[in-house]
Amino acid sequence: MIASLSTSSSVLVVAIFLATAVEMVEALTIVVAVGHTRGWRSALEGVAVALMALGALVGIFGPALLRIPINDLRVVVGSILLIFGMQWLRKAILRSSGFKAKHDEDAIFAATVAFLTQVGKPQRDSLAFVTSFKGVFLEGLEVVITVLTLGASAHKIVLASWVASGTVLLVALVGVLVAKQLSSVPENAMKMTVGVLLVSYGTFWCGEGLGIHWTGADAALPMLALTYFVGTWVIIALARQSRKRVPA
Amino acid sequence: MRIIKKTLKAFGMFWWNFLVGDTPELFLAVVAILSVVSIFQSGHSHVLMIVLPGLVLVALGASVSRAIRKR
Repeated sequence: MIASLSTSSSVLVVAIFLATAVEMVEALTIVVAVGHTRGWRSALEGVAVALMALGALVGIFGPALLRIPINDLRVVVGSILLIFGMQWLRKAILRSSGFKAKHDEDAIFAATVAFLTQVGKPQRDSLAFVTSFKGVFLEGLEVVITVLTLGASAHKIVLASWVASGTVLLVALVGVLVAKQLSSVPENAMKMTVGVLLVSYGTFWCGEGLGIHWTGADAALPMLALTYFVGTWVIIALARQSRKRVPA
Repeated sequence: MRIIKKTLKAFGMFWWNFLVGDTPELFLAVVAILSVVSIFQSGHSHVLMIVLPGLVLVALGASVSRAIRKR
């Protein structure tokens, strides 16, 4: 029991950590661009308000989700995780096989700076506040949904929230230390891992909710993740082959 | 009243974009897969444990292939 619980918790921690890190690196890029061009005060105010709003969402919806019957919750949450995870995996596969441009933090930074420098700078910089708020809030929404869905279906919302909060702080700390956007983070590999973990959890919870009895209970999760990793690499290999067949 | 309407519309649009967005085939595939699993669920756990991830991978492959063909 202890072993299976720790397997489930470990997968949950890794999934939340990676999902939060990927989204927060994207948010950090925008905040650093705003801070550099428009000043840090309004940028950081935007970050603070966005983080409070995201925390409030977890605080409101987290306890509410726990009141839903567990099997119904697992089917609904599992479906959301499946769709969400498949969307992440699809993007990561298209990027890995060269059909979609890789997410370029440097380009996003340059575009944000170019946009912000076009507009004059007033005393109270609402543009910096709004840009910073939107960046953190929109990227953070995906984290909130991951925390709520994974945390609620595993009845570990508190653990999920702590992992997400810790990761936000870690990314912020690294951002402060290097004082620039984190363009060297292997974002596509992280996205692919998150996609695999979300789809694995989605499959597991949907199955449980619909009455499938997984062999080995929670220990089936790593097996599902392995299956999806292998499957993803097969799809990438096939996509790369089809790219070679297409004349340039 | 107008604010409530606007909020509800924004909430609906958020979930529509989040779950359907530019990949409606993934949304439909998940609905279809889970319908199949719920129909055949009783007494077939051992088969569905393999069929469920298999169908998910097929749907994912089909969606990637669709994206490649559209380019």
